[in-house]
Amino acid sequence: MQTFRIGGVHPAENKLSADQPIKVAELPKVAVYPMGQHIGAPAKCIVQKGDKVKVGTMIAEAGGFVSAPIFSGVSGTVLKVDTVIDASGYAKPAVYITVEGDEWEPSIDRSETLVTLKDKPELTPEEIVNKIKAAGVVGMGGACFPTHVKLCPPPGAKPEWVIINAVECEPYLTADHRLMLEKADEILVGVDLLMKGGKVNKGYIGIEENKPDAIKLLTEKCKAQYPNIEVVPLKTKYPQGGEKQLIDAVVRRQVPAPPAIPVNVGAIVQNVGTAYAVYEAVMKNKPLFERIVTVTGKSLKQPSNFLARMGTPMSQLIDACGGLPEDTGKVIGGGPMMGKALVNTEVPICKGSSGILIMNDKEARRGEPQPCIRCAKCVGACPMGLEPYLLATASGKQMWERVEAEDITSCIECGSCQFTCPSNRPMLDLIRLGKQTVMGIIRARQAK
Amino acid sequence: MYWVILALVPALICSFISFGMGAIITTAISVAACVLTEWVINKFLLGSSKCTVCDGSAALTGILLAFNMPSNIAPWIIVIGAIFAIGVVKMTFGGLGCNLFNPALAGRAFLLISFPVDMTTWPLPGQGFGTYLDAETGATPLALMSQAFKGDTSALSQLPSVSDMLLGNTGGCLGEVCALAMLLGLVILLVKKVITWHIPVSIIATVFVFSGLLSLINPVQYANPVAEVLSGGLLLGAIFMATDYVTSPMSKSGQLVYGIAIGLLTLIIRTWGAYPEGMSFAILIMNAFVPLINSKFKPKRFGEVPAKK
Repeated sequence: MQTFRIGGVHPAENKLSADQPIKVAELPKVAVYPMGQHIGAPAKCIVQKGDKVKVGTMIAEAGGFVSAPIFSGVSGTVLKVDTVIDASGYAKPAVYITVEGDEWEPSIDRSETLVTLKDKPELTPEEIVNKIKAAGVVGMGGACFPTHVKLCPPPGAKPEWVIINAVECEPYLTADHRLMLEKADEILVGVDLLMKGGKVNKGYIGIEENKPDAIKLLTEKCKAQYPNIEVVPLKTKYPQGGEKQLIDAVVRRQVPAPPAIPVNVGAIVQNVGTAYAVYEAVMKNKPLFERIVTVTGKSLKQPSNFLARMGTPMSQLIDACGGLPEDTGKVIGGGPMMGKALVNTEVPICKGSSGILIMNDKEARRGEPQPCIRCAKCVGACPMGLEPYLLATASGKQMWERVEAEDITSCIECGSCQFTCPSNRPMLDLIRLGKQTVMGIIRARQAK
Repeated sequence: MYWVILALVPALICSFISFGMGAIITTAISVAACVLTEWVINKFLLGSSKCTVCDGSAALTGILLAFNMPSNIAPWIIVIGAIFAIGVVKMTFGGLGCNLFNPALAGRAFLLISFPVDMTTWPLPGQGFGTYLDAETGATPLALMSQAFKGDTSALSQLPSVSDMLLGNTGGCLGEVCALAMLLGLVILLVKKVITWHIPVSIIATVFVFSGLLSLINPVQYANPVAEVLSGGLLLGAIFMATDYVTSPMSKSGQLVYGIAIGLLTLIIRTWGAYPEGMSFAILIMNAFVPLINSKFKPKRFGEVPAKK
C-alpha cells in the first residue's frame, strides 16, 4: 500500500467518534467572528454596531488576493465590533452578533437536491473560481489557505492533478471521515468542480486504510460516475495529511524546498471538507459559514461530530457532549499532534476548527525532559528528512545561522520528532522558536 | 536502556556456564563500581540533586566493561577501569549524551594499555562454576590467528570448531565468547526497535567479505571468514558497542559508513597490528570521526528524492 517515503510515525488512532453521525449543533446566543480566519491578509469588517444581518450575509470583505471574505452564520443584530482571543491564542478584531431567529439570505439554495456538473455544463473554470472566491472558501483541514489562490497557479506552473486530502491522519479527529460517509455525492461533485476550476483532467482522493468504509463507498461511486477520479487507499501513517507528504504518497513526486509550491510538481491539493464547501458554494450559492467539528476526548461523556455554525463558542459544543469532564487537563483546538491548547473554551468555531480535543490531566502532562542520548529516532521520524535533534539544540542555543543552514524553514511542524523522543525533549517548541526567528531574519534580509 | 541490559542477559548466562563464578563476580564489581562512581561524581563533585543513576546507563557501561575483560581479572583492576570509564570518559564531557567515546571501550583500552598481562591472560572455559581468580589460562582463537599470520603454519588448525565458538566454548573476554547469545541479543534489540540493522550488519558484512578475500588469497596464513566473525569481540562490538546511541552517527548513510570503516579497521588491526584484537580500537577510532560523519552524511532531505512511478 502506498505512503510517503521519508520518516513518519504511527500514534494511537483513538478515533472515538468515528461511528457518531453528524449532529446539527444548536445556534449560539451570541456569535463571534474574528477577522483573521485564514492565511494571508485579514478580512476587512464591513458592518457596524446595530446592523441587521442574515445567515450568509457578508460581514467582512477580502483584504487582498490571498485573503477571503467572512460571512455570518447566524441572523440577528451586530452587538459590537471588538476583539476576541481565537484558537491561535492571540486577540483578533472580531464582530459580535446577537442571534435572533434563523433567517437565511434568499439567494442560498437550501434544498437537498444534488446538482452535478451535468446539470450545469455551462459553468466555465473562471466562473467556478470566482464563486469559490466570493464564498470565502479556504482550506478546511486547518491551515485555511484561500482555495481560489491554489486554483490560480503562478505563471510557468502547470497543474496536472487535483489531489483530495481525505487522510485525516490526526488521531481522534473524525470530521472528514463522517463527511465522506454522509455527503459522498456532494464531495465528488466538489472534486469535479475543483478539477474543472483548476483545468485538470485527473483527480485523486487519498484516504488512509483505517477508514475502509469511506474507501469502499467513494471507490464504488467513482467507478460508477466519475472515471477521472481515483480513490487511493494509503497506509495509515502520520503526517500523511501534510500537503507535501500526501503528494509524495499519491503521485510519487516530491515538492522541492521553498520557494517551490505543490503546483510546481503538478499538484493542487485540497481537503475533502473544502471539496464539500466548494460544492455548496458553486452549486448552492452558499457561502462558507458552517463546518463539521469533532468534539472528542477519552473522559468526555459522548464524543460527537457536529455541523456547527461559525461563531459558535466551543464551550457550547463541549456542553452538548456532556460538559467539560472533572479531570480535564487541557483543551486543544485541532488534533493532538498539531493542535494548539486553547486559552479558554469561549474561543469561537472558525473556518479551520476541525476538532476540539479534551485531554485529561494525565494525558496533558509532559514527561520530565532527559538529556539527548543521540538515539537518532527523531532523524528517522522526520518526514522532511531534517535532523530535529540538531535543530532543537541549536535553536535552544540561539544559533540562528546554523539552523537556517540546516534547512529549519523546511520544517512542517508536524511534531513527529517530539512524539518519538524517548527523552521527552520539547523539540517542537524549540524548533518552532528557531523557525519563526529564522523566517523573521529572512524577511528582514529581503526587505533591505 | 533497560532493553539493552536485558539483551545482554543471555550472554551473561553463557559466560557463567563457560567461566563459572568469575563471570558473575567481575560483572557485579564492574556494575557496582560504575554506578558508584557516577553517583559520587554527581553528588560530591557536581552537587547535583538529580539521580542520573536510575537511567541505567552507568549500569550498562558496567556490564559492557565487564564483558570486555577476562573473567579471572583482579577486582582492583576492574574498579580502576570503571572509574576511568565513568569518571574520565563520560562525566568530564558532561555525562549522559555528551561523551565522545564509548565509556566501556575506553575503559577497556585504558586497562589494556596499563595492565597488558592481566588483560590478555584468558581463562579456559569449562573449569566448573566456582572458578574465579584460580582459573587455568590458555590461548584464544584470535591469538592463534595472529600466530598464523606471523608464520606459524599449524596455528589455524588449532582453532576451535565453529560450534564451539557459537556456544562460547573457547577462551576470551567474558561477554564475547558465546556468539549465539550475542545473536539472540541482536534479535531482541532489533525486534524492540532499540537499534536498526545498519551498524551491526555493515560491520559484520565488511569483516566477512574482507577476511573472505584474504582467506582466498592464502588460507594457511589468514583465518576463514566465519571464524573471523565469530571470534573475539567482533559480535559484542558490532551489536552492543558500536551501536551505542551517543557515540554513533545519526543518519542511516552515516551509520553504514561508520560500520564499514569499523569492519575494515578491525581486520587491519587484527591482521597487521600489534594486538590480536582490533574491535575495541576500531570502534574508538571511529567514535572520533562521528562528528565529521554527522556533518558530511546528512539524511536525504524531502524534495531530493527523485520522482518515480
